[in-house]
Amino acid sequence: MQQLPRTTGLGFKPEHFRDLMAQPGAIGFFEIHAENYMGDGGAAHAMLAALRADHALSLHGVGLSIGGAGELDKDHLARLRKLIDRYQPESFSEHLAWSSHGAAWLNDLLPLPYTQETLGAVCAHINEVQDRLGCRMLLENPATYVTFETSTWSETDFLTEITRRTGCGLLLDVNNVFISATNHRFNARAYLAAFPFASVGEIHLAGHDTEELPSGPLLIDSHGAPVADPVWTLYEEVLAWTGPLPTLIEWDTDVPEFAVLLTETARAQQYLDRASAGKSHAA
Amino acid sequence: MPHERSSHAETEHAFHAALWGSEPPDGVTALDSTEVSQRFKVYRNNVQHSLTRALAARFPVIEQLVGKDFFTAMARVFIANNPPRDPVMLRWGGEFAAFLASFPPVSNMPYLADVARLEYARGQACHAADADPVAPDALNVDDLEALKVSLHPSVSLFHAQYPALQIWQAHQPDTARKPIAAGPDYALIARQPDFTVIVEALDPDTYAVLCDLRDGKLLGQAARKADPTTALALLLRHGLIIDTGIGAPA
Repeated sequence: MQQLPRTTGLGFKPEHFRDLMAQPGAIGFFEIHAENYMGDGGAAHAMLAALRADHALSLHGVGLSIGGAGELDKDHLARLRKLIDRYQPESFSEHLAWSSHGAAWLNDLLPLPYTQETLGAVCAHINEVQDRLGCRMLLENPATYVTFETSTWSETDFLTEITRRTGCGLLLDVNNVFISATNHRFNARAYLAAFPFASVGEIHLAGHDTEELPSGPLLIDSHGAPVADPVWTLYEEVLAWTGPLPTLIEWDTDVPEFAVLLTETARAQQYLDRASAGKSHAA
Repeated sequence: MPHERSSHAETEHAFHAALWGSEPPDGVTALDSTEVSQRFKVYRNNVQHSLTRALAARFPVIEQLVGKDFFTAMARVFIANNPPRDPVMLRWGGEFAAFLASFPPVSNMPYLADVARLEYARGQACHAADADPVAPDALNVDDLEALKVSLHPSVSLFHAQYPALQIWQAHQPDTARKPIAAGPDYALIARQPDFTVIVEALDPDTYAVLCDLRDGKLLGQAARKADPTTALALLLRHGLIIDTGIGAPA
């Protein structure tokens, strides 16, 4: 697998197909949810093939349930393998979450306790994924609304140990860090200081919603708004540590016009440019 | 000795059960423990809302016919009994028509199941395999009676006891109102080479000929039911014949 360019990308929405085809240089890469391309044919595949010809591609899965207690769905792994063989993406990523239980698929990313037992299960799943797909995957940190009494690992230690045991990389979702930090009242900077940056292969940025609870705000990962200012600030701080990284703007609900998304990628590109200038300056 | 669930599986099981209940699961916590219920509710809402909207996206006319609030309440029941079986959401909803046919609160709208079958067939046509149409001169054969045609994988031939096609058409944007005649309705649902999914009304004869052709019968056999000219013209116009051959007479 090649690597994603260290520039900005967008989550692809079919309504923006014409815009993207008209301006092939507008973004450095695009990302798709793998499960939306598991039909046999039709417009979805035709658009993907056309875009793929001019852009780097990040394949982002939401259906593997890597954090689940059960076995991975072999049919689903085979479907992913087929997509990878067909479109040769520069990156494949999935989530530290579960999304199916028994025979039911829940269409959401649900949280898991961080214990010795779940660590073993997640690592076994990631080994199987990397084995079946024939590539190194990136694992994304979750946005969470509750925690578990049984957790004995911090999320950053848990992720670090997963990368050590499986060799997988990480997808750092800065919005998710800010959401979880706010929801569980921990310091996002302390979390990032403990994050294994050397393993990060991609960054996600997105918007969130806010609900007010008696104890303070509850942030919800909506992917339906511009990236919030505190998330931009954290992003800039991350880049100061890591240098430029492939950075994706995600906007999945109430999708705006293409031009609005380009203002978001342009802002991310400014931070990337500054980070690469800072790096070469330091060198 | 009975098989014991791991603590991981136990946690997942309790969490899953609580998604369909009213209390958060044991073992789930938050810094302010009085807020666990409100926080857990985000997951419950996300699961319900995302599945309900996915169902509504697949069955938009059903949602219009019953109204958004009723659809949301009805979707809860459907989802609890017929959740997606895998993450490929574009296949989900095949059981919705049967559900509508047997859901007592909509027994006064017996046409809903037929409309749902039509909407589901449209969705499947969107994602069916690709295949290029033959050139029109592929039908220039010596023995037209012995001609066999293969239809595009997206083709489905729709037949409903109720006027489901007319009801569906009446709920498309920018459609002029016209009176709905009693059923049955027949339609060809398929995807054209430009990826547009067509839903075209058929007369019963053309429907019968198309069914024969789809089932691999020779043109001469299909013609025993009715003149096949209309059916062939329709297939050619929409690019739906992907192969031809000559078969032995039956």
